[in-house]
Amino acid sequence: MTLDDKLFTVKYKPDEISHLKPDNAKCKKCKTKICTTICPAKVYEWNEKEKNLTVNFENCLECGACRIACTHKCIDWEYPSGNKGVTFKQG
Amino acid sequence: MTDNTKNNKTEVIVVGAGPAGISAAVTIARAGHEVVLIERGSFAGSKNVFGGAIYAQPTREIFPNFENEAPLERLNIEHKYAILGEEDSTVISYRHKTQDNVSYSVIRGKFDRWMAEQAKKEGVILVEETVVKELLLDGEKIIGVKTELEEYFADIVILADGVNSLLAKQIGFRKEIKPKDVALSVKEVIKLDAQIINERFNLSDDEGCIYEIFGGPMLGMLGLGFLYTNKDSISIGLGIGLDALCEKELKPYEVLDKLKQHPTIAPLIKDGELLEYSAHLIPEGGFKKLPKLFGNGVLIAGDAAMMVNNMHWEGTNLAMISGKIAGETALSAIRQKDFSEKALAKYQEDLENSFVMKDLKTYRNLMDEAHKRSESFMGYYMKEINGFFNMFTTVDSIPKRQKFRKFISDFVKQRSIFELFKDATSGIKLLWSILIK
Ligand SMILES: Cc1cc2nc3c(=O)[nH]c(=O)nc-3n(C[C@H](O)[C@H](O)[C@H](O)COP(=O)(O)OP(=O)(O)OC[C@H]3O[C@@H](n4cnc5c(N)ncnc54)[C@H](O)[C@@H]3O)c2cc1C
Ligand code: SF4
Ligand code: SF4
Repeated sequence: MTLDDKLFTVKYKPDEISHLKPDNAKCKKCKTKICTTICPAKVYEWNEKEKNLTVNFENCLECGACRIACTHKCIDWEYPSGNKGVTFKQG
Repeated sequence: MTDNTKNNKTEVIVVGAGPAGISAAVTIARAGHEVVLIERGSFAGSKNVFGGAIYAQPTREIFPNFENEAPLERLNIEHKYAILGEEDSTVISYRHKTQDNVSYSVIRGKFDRWMAEQAKKEGVILVEETVVKELLLDGEKIIGVKTELEEYFADIVILADGVNSLLAKQIGFRKEIKPKDVALSVKEVIKLDAQIINERFNLSDDEGCIYEIFGGPMLGMLGLGFLYTNKDSISIGLGIGLDALCEKELKPYEVLDKLKQHPTIAPLIKDGELLEYSAHLIPEGGFKKLPKLFGNGVLIAGDAAMMVNNMHWEGTNLAMISGKIAGETALSAIRQKDFSEKALAKYQEDLENSFVMKDLKTYRNLMDEAHKRSESFMGYYMKEINGFFNMFTTVDSIPKRQKFRKFISDFVKQRSIFELFKDATSGIKLLWSILIK
């Protein structure tokens, strides 16, 4: 079972704008890109061609791990608006 | 006070409808005071994830009759501790069916929601789908909260906004959290027929079983796996120190996949259908990472205050009792009409007299030692336990004494005396701090 299959089981109501805002200037210089590894929903993907971080914020499980793990502590991290984001039924 | 302040003013605001916030709010409402409980999820529990089990005794302190009314999954009668090697395992099991101080598996989306509905019936004003964006200050004093839409004012604000507590951070009560102070956990809930669960786990009716899982794909890391039986599903997951995940560059869901494939675990969940995948952080800092717990017009409870006893998978109970004590502190401040930091200091005193602080203090050295010796305690010795039973159970016509001696000499050879000495000192230091002072 792939991660996409797993994420398919999660109920989301995506916000219009991203609640996760990494500072791309710092990401460009970042050697670890650790957010692309540890995020349990693979929200971050490094785009080598465009030299920026793609943020699939619609998939975010709102755990907060990226905010703490980010090498440059550069993610402006908020909760999605009140009726948006993930709804766990089986937590 | 401006007019706006007066219109939008209540006695107490509680942020976060998890076990801590609900317990605080209901304590205040029961005494006849006005309390607004604000939750960002579309219902209480919709953003919450745990193992897990709730404990009857502390829950009865908040909702005395919950066992007859709340949506519970199963009554846990068996605890298993599974130490996994690469392929083998040693499992210790404790089974006891009793009615005293039991634990129940629950699903937070149902259980937290039930607790919040109860609190509402008892007078709590529950506001859902609302994010508190920041706290409002008048100088040093917290005077209310700002949501996406408006400003609400209160004499006291209780922060029960969980492990990420952006609000405790806003007012400088907690320092920036480091990766080693949290564990990242991923969990899957897998649908299985109740009858199959009962057969696989040797249970009848609504009896439940808990697995605490060490080693396996988490060998050498500060990580623990868990498995809980629900009515007709299994919750399986793991939590690993965020520092270890970063260091080893691991994807948490891949580690969980490996755990699910381990020969000891796979048969338990075979042919099940994935109902939901989820993730959440667990505070791991313990006593040494407690934030400032009270200030002018503000109290902090539960995970927001990092109150988790990770040795025993206890969190909801510390949340409920710290929430209750926060509620009682707010009530005594209301009675005295004094919401200053000095008046609210009672919160810390009462916490220190309760099991909450006592337990956190008892384990204050656990995480430091565990971090220092994770390779040995969570790796080497785990392997050796399985190695011992492998040796002990193998019949191969080699004389037993020879085998025992070889096991001991290998044990000493593979581990330098220096490392053994460090492990022993660490173990003794830990035991001393747990048992004596
Ligand atoms: C994988 C895992 C397994 C666990 N297993 C167990 C177990 O078996 N037994 C046990 O007792 N404990 C367990 N725990 C710990 C337990 O879940 C927590 O300690 C407990 O939930 C803490 O309760 P709380 O009320 O402090 O916080 P939470 O339950 O996290 O509640 C916080 C609430 O605040 C809301 N919120 C946050 N910010 C805002 C905001 N700005 N505005 C409005 N609302 C907000 C959230 O949506 C949430 O509802 C486990 C934890 C995890 C992650
Ligand atoms: S870890 Fe932080 S700095 Fe590095 S790529 Fe990710 S968000 Fe950017
Ligand atoms: S909060 Fe969790 S799920 Fe969301 S992007 Fe960060 S690490 Fe991924």
